[in-house]
Amino acid sequence: MAFIEVEGVAKHFVVHRGKGLLRRERAVVRAVEDLSFSIEQGTVVGYIGPNGAGKSTTVKMLTGILVPTTGRVTVGGLVPWTQRLQLARRIGAMFGQRVQLWWDLPLIESFELLRHMYRVPEERYRKNLDTFRETLDLDPFLRTPVRQLSLGQRIRGELTAAMLHDPEVLFLDEPTIGLDVVAKQRVREFLARANRERGLTVLLTTHDLADIERLCSRILIIDHGHLIYDGDIDTLKARYGTERVVIVDLEEPAPPLRIDGGRVVKVEGPRQWIAFERDRTTAARVTAEVAAQAALRDLTVEEPDIEDVVRRIYSEGAGRRSAGPESSEERSS
Amino acid sequence: MVESLVLYRRLVAARVRAQLQYRTSFALETLGMFLVSFLDFAAILIIFTNVPQLGGWSVQEVALLYGLSSLAFAFTDLAVGHLDLLGRLVRDGTFDLLLIRPRGTLFQIVTADFQIRRLGKALQALVVLAYALGALQVAWTPVRALVLVLAIPSGAVIFASVWIAAISIVFWTVEGNEAPNAVTYGGQYLSEFPINIYDRWLRRLLAYAVPMAFVAYFPALYILDKPDPLGLPPWLQLSSPLVAVAAAIVAGLVWRTAVRHYQSAGG
Repeated sequence: MAFIEVEGVAKHFVVHRGKGLLRRERAVVRAVEDLSFSIEQGTVVGYIGPNGAGKSTTVKMLTGILVPTTGRVTVGGLVPWTQRLQLARRIGAMFGQRVQLWWDLPLIESFELLRHMYRVPEERYRKNLDTFRETLDLDPFLRTPVRQLSLGQRIRGELTAAMLHDPEVLFLDEPTIGLDVVAKQRVREFLARANRERGLTVLLTTHDLADIERLCSRILIIDHGHLIYDGDIDTLKARYGTERVVIVDLEEPAPPLRIDGGRVVKVEGPRQWIAFERDRTTAARVTAEVAAQAALRDLTVEEPDIEDVVRRIYSEGAGRRSAGPESSEERSS
Repeated sequence: MVESLVLYRRLVAARVRAQLQYRTSFALETLGMFLVSFLDFAAILIIFTNVPQLGGWSVQEVALLYGLSSLAFAFTDLAVGHLDLLGRLVRDGTFDLLLIRPRGTLFQIVTADFQIRRLGKALQALVVLAYALGALQVAWTPVRALVLVLAIPSGAVIFASVWIAAISIVFWTVEGNEAPNAVTYGGQYLSEFPINIYDRWLRRLLAYAVPMAFVAYFPALYILDKPDPLGLPPWLQLSSPLVAVAAAIVAGLVWRTAVRHYQSAGG
């Protein structure tokens, strides 16, 4: 059995909406529908999807915060919502926008309190703390009250807090949101190292696809509560990233060029963006056609990056869904 | 259990340390709380400038009720008063964080804060209680002393239980503390007076449903050896500790059921 097992899980919320003074309308929001996947120990999985797709709802069911409406979930052999206290010792979680540390205490005191809360043996705690102090460079602000920390420092503190008790799996919700490039890099390195050295399993939701490219060996994409992709990045690109873009700089501004098998998606002065399907034409043919129509100064070919791929999946997925008869309500998750 | 108590002490000590960073502010707030609390008691004294007795209770006897009820409530407020924050935690989904830690949710909420300035209120209640006991000619027996000593923790547990049970409603309503506050603060206020002055339905509510009568009224009757104006069975006067235990069990069950209804929040 895999470390995390999710089978046929659905989560429906009943919401009441005021209609006039006394009448209330009852609506069912289907945040997650028929979700199944499993994750082996030691993998780093990126869990992505547009806002309201059901990402957070899934993570909340895996951590025992929410009880699924139907379906089966086990994490490390435990059912999260019935064995919450046992599970809590074995998992770590960090929700980017929520502060888990004690706001008005020095960082180190929060760690001390967590040590007792999780009953981490003294020796183990020392060893872990020493490691994190070094890898996350905590020493400069270890004695600073949390409220005075910068976001980057706080996130490093939160990561440490989530890892002090040696969790087997770490659930991260937007771990790098709002961080600058250097801080993001530091967090990613930390996670990669914890995965490599401790065999830590990581499930992270993110909007930052660079997180995914650097860290994740596997991606789950969810949209409108349904899992729409489960696999690695290369397969994802091969399957969905069939569109390429040639950017051409002409000698003079020109009206959008007409290209067989391609189309101009953007014009900016003398620069034009020409998108084409890989299986319909080639970059060489597109370039030749451009040269036949206008004086060409320079050109670049853009490989599809994961952003584009994902944007494309979202828009296709969304289109398909909303056309369906059982299209359900959106819910921010 | 012992380990939980040690952790409780540790967490509360951390809260206290944080507040003591600002000593002057702490001292002023405590003093303010101490003084403002006397306005409460002044309201009772004003009633007695118009009537010599209230439902057969003298001003000193009502002061005893007030002292017992206020002292118990001050301890409740100190220990669990920050349950008022629950509405916000549930609304913005911060309650999530309590569910991913290996401790009970109630334990974590209760240890999330500890406003030591509320000791100002306890001090004022103690002053009034001392005044009442000094002014009243109590024929002390060991059992009466025991009833007095047990009345305070029992009352505190009863108040805390009512508070917990009442505030649990925010897991369903998600908004507003008004209704639960009406029950807790309102109930506490009512328990400062002899319950025999209330209408029958309110009396029953206070005696049996929301057991505020066991905080001050019944223990005071016993301590004063006063015939019950309502003629209720005398064993009720000794039942406060048992009622407290029962109330705590009920509150625990209500809380447990309520947490299952938690739906978290977006974001």
